[in-house]
Amino acid sequence: MMTVATTMAADDSRRAAQSHFRTLRLGTPFQPRLDALAKTGDWYNWAGYRAPHSLWGEELEYFAIRSQCALFDISPMTKYRIEGSDAEAFCNKVTLRDVTKLKPGRVHYTAWCDDEGFVLDDGTLFRLSATRFRLCSQERHLPWLLDSAIGFDVAVEEETESIAGLALQGPTAFACLRAAGFAGVEKLKVFDLAEFPHENGTVTISRTGFTGDLGYELFIGRDLALSLWDRLMEAGELHGIRAIGYTALNRARLEAGLIVANADFVTAEHAIRSNRTRMPDEIGLGFMIDPAKAHFNGRRAILEARARKKLRHVLVGLEIDGNVPAEHAIVYHRKNREVGLVSAAMWSPMAKRNIAIASLDLPYGDSVTDDLWVEIYAMCELKYERLMKRAKVVPRPFIKLDRRTASPPADF
Amino acid sequence: MKTWDAIVIGGGHNGLVNACYLQRAGLDVLVVEKNDWVGGAATSRELTPGFLYSNCSYVCSLFRPEIMRDLELPRFGLQVIAYEGGAVLTRDGDYLGNYRDHDAHRREFARFSKRDAEVYDRYARDVTRQCRFIQPLLMRTAPDPASWKPRDLGELLYLGKKFADLTPEEMALTLRFWTMSISDFLDEYFETDVIKANFSISGIIGTALGPMSPGTAYVLLHHYMGEVDGSVGAWGYARGGMGAVTKALAASFQASGGTIRTGAEVEKVLVKRGKAKGVVLAGGDEIFGKLVVSNADVKRTFLKLVEEKELPDTFLRRVRNFKIRGSSGKVNIALDSMPEFPALPKDSPCLRGDLHFTDSVERMERAYDDWKAGRWSADPFLDVMIPTTLDPTMAAPGKHFMSCFVQYAPPKVEGRDWTDADRDAFAETVVSQIADYSPGFRDRIVHMEVRTPREIEAEVGLTEGNIFQGELTFDQLLFNRPVPGYAQYRSPLSGLYMCGSSTHPGGGVMGAPGRNAAAEILRDLARPDHHMSAAHDVI
Ligand SMILES: Cc1cc2nc3c(=O)[nH]c(=O)nc-3n(C[C@H](O)[C@H](O)[C@H](O)COP(=O)(O)OP(=O)(O)OC[C@H]3O[C@@H](n4cnc5c(N)ncnc54)[C@H](O)[C@@H]3O)c2cc1C
Repeated sequence: MMTVATTMAADDSRRAAQSHFRTLRLGTPFQPRLDALAKTGDWYNWAGYRAPHSLWGEELEYFAIRSQCALFDISPMTKYRIEGSDAEAFCNKVTLRDVTKLKPGRVHYTAWCDDEGFVLDDGTLFRLSATRFRLCSQERHLPWLLDSAIGFDVAVEEETESIAGLALQGPTAFACLRAAGFAGVEKLKVFDLAEFPHENGTVTISRTGFTGDLGYELFIGRDLALSLWDRLMEAGELHGIRAIGYTALNRARLEAGLIVANADFVTAEHAIRSNRTRMPDEIGLGFMIDPAKAHFNGRRAILEARARKKLRHVLVGLEIDGNVPAEHAIVYHRKNREVGLVSAAMWSPMAKRNIAIASLDLPYGDSVTDDLWVEIYAMCELKYERLMKRAKVVPRPFIKLDRRTASPPADF
Repeated sequence: MKTWDAIVIGGGHNGLVNACYLQRAGLDVLVVEKNDWVGGAATSRELTPGFLYSNCSYVCSLFRPEIMRDLELPRFGLQVIAYEGGAVLTRDGDYLGNYRDHDAHRREFARFSKRDAEVYDRYARDVTRQCRFIQPLLMRTAPDPASWKPRDLGELLYLGKKFADLTPEEMALTLRFWTMSISDFLDEYFETDVIKANFSISGIIGTALGPMSPGTAYVLLHHYMGEVDGSVGAWGYARGGMGAVTKALAASFQASGGTIRTGAEVEKVLVKRGKAKGVVLAGGDEIFGKLVVSNADVKRTFLKLVEEKELPDTFLRRVRNFKIRGSSGKVNIALDSMPEFPALPKDSPCLRGDLHFTDSVERMERAYDDWKAGRWSADPFLDVMIPTTLDPTMAAPGKHFMSCFVQYAPPKVEGRDWTDADRDAFAETVVSQIADYSPGFRDRIVHMEVRTPREIEAEVGLTEGNIFQGELTFDQLLFNRPVPGYAQYRSPLSGLYMCGSSTHPGGGVMGAPGRNAAAEILRDLARPDHHMSAAHDVI
């Protein structure tokens, strides 16, 4: 018979971590600041964190992004630290785009696939040095990354909880950073990153974002998170800085034509129905694939699907008549044949158009683009107003702002 | 002398489901049950004042919601309450919790391995895909592959098409699922022993196989394909214990005009010229019926209740060889206060779920080694639950009923019958394991009901104490359950049907065998079955 405690006691850190069942939604390192500003108290669950849908009014928060600058807490985003002499080769094998072309101090938007060529996720890859990367994504991928690392001199570590992140987005974002004293930040071009001193540590600032606007993302160790927030809010006061929640950001990203994993497509490891998985070409990420690039996960399947014309779907931008958002509407050809679904839709204040992202079954959206319609069910005071509206396939992004890429950035 | 339209032998839940559907189709149905109460392995009894036990089965998930609705079971008092996961208490004084909240679950696993925490989604996806493949088969009669009847061909085609619709990866996974050991299967996902032990449990419950035996991966699916109100894979407590299921069934049956006779053991099925004509009770009473349906397991039915000379040789040989080895026991304990488990925080939701103390697959396999040697496990695997943490109807406030499912326990001890002394020693093994993790546990015990396979067989009539009326291995599933050629609830004798867990889709408190058997009987009688819902869609 065995008895308890014959073996070594569980290590203290493991024991100490057990109280998470009492806090089902973690606070981020910025939580005290968010709580203080959360006038709407409108929270949602972002990957296990308590994140704001809005803080003080989703409409106005959107306009803060487009007119001044908005501070958005991106700490819940999944982050992996990838380091080692083979880090570049490893990232090159795991992700679609050519990492040998990604210089230290640069960031690129990429995606990664399973061996069948189905997209596991999209995200941003930050090259922090010759041998160190940070991969940011919506979903979690540690098993996939660790399994892919076999044979490479590389260490992969999940660092979501220890690294805090902020997005500062909008026309006065640069002015705000300059006022905060980040000397040299004006040199950052789109997709550049650099380290800057903050207190006794450093903050990594990149000229990236999810809004299609001038903007930056800042990553810092969780201990220095609050003082960074305060520094930005103080410096930004005269530049109209406002903290915002996800609803506003989501509008900005849709205008920018950007897609969200498990909103605009289903990631392969979460697809219960196997026909919901998508290849990069099927969700508008075909541009990431360079057939000349050596082996990467999913390469063979992706190239074969292209060669044998096995692709079945296409993700498109739509412009829809009228002003009623077509969220989750069915797309028809000639008003009767069902050919796809809208995954995100809104009236765009910047484009003054009714825009949407939709997934269509080929050839619709590709060789057949005429006579497309969406059927909108608008719930109005307990009655569906059913509208059949004409939809036109248009290129993404829906809006293009020169200030996003202007170098040096505009100063207000 | 009265002739019933149908006589159902046994008032287990499947017998009652069957009887309900037949009665509601307009037949005049009699259920004869040997015990003084109905329920079989789904029963709640008060053996000591103030405490209601779930004497055998103790949690509910498999019971088909279509049946609950058709038979109006909520109206007759059935309520199933979902509960939070549970925990494996580890020898180092810690525990691994299971939480319904996805992120709490991940963080809990991350305490042991960040990798395992993040691989869980992939595991859940694969298991869910397999459950969705199997679920629609539960409420359909399995095809007879040797038959040329259009219906069998149609069903075979359906099966074939379902399989052909899978992607190559899914097909590979399906075959692996049906043949692999749960231990090998889990190795493909997880690295941490306690996490593997945590999931292995569902692969061995009620099965005379160890976690390393091929075939146990399917047993896990069998425990995952149920639901609580649409939440697939979730388990719940029946309010009032599992007897609430059969109490509601009995009430529904009687409300529709059916008759139940308890304390009436069937000794023989009356057979005349190859046709079942009724039953003979232990006291010699004869009851006549136009057809007879047996809820007893296939061995009991054909090796005890029917004369061997009435049956074809191959059928008999296959029935004799049907694997129905007992592997489990049960200890029901009345407690005068809530036990403490120092490893678990006092406010842990795990206390309301199932608690286990077997923290490695290796220990589970060693426990199985004892079974192979004909002994009960010295270090058994326990599934401990305290339903009174959520169900106020089973004990007074502050008092508790603890259900301990125990594995492994062989049908015979080193080749001989169980004795009372064996039973007491078996109980002591169980209590001492719990007491290792719960100081002062013994002092809280008010009463105990100890059931080895001997007691389970004697009372419930489950041959060898096998809880599923026959092992759930792939060789005994679908059109092979219980034996090839007789998987459609009919038997070699005309007028004699089977409706117990020995038939497709197998054991557990599911009701599907009883329902499917009723559908076949009504088909033979050319009676309408409008009162039977089709299986819910899996979309
Ligand atoms: C200890 C234990 C724990 C379990 N735990 C669970 C659980 O938690 N969840 C779950 O879903 N399943 C569980 N199961 C399995 C489940 O309970 C059974 O598979 C299911 O209840 C069997 O139902 P049945 O109607 O097919 O047969 P039974 O319940 O076996 O019913 C057969 C009936 O026939 C009667 N009978 C037999 N012979 C005669 C005769 N000659 N004359 C008259 N009557 C006769 C018996 O008394 C009995 O009432 C457990 C089983 C056991 C034993």
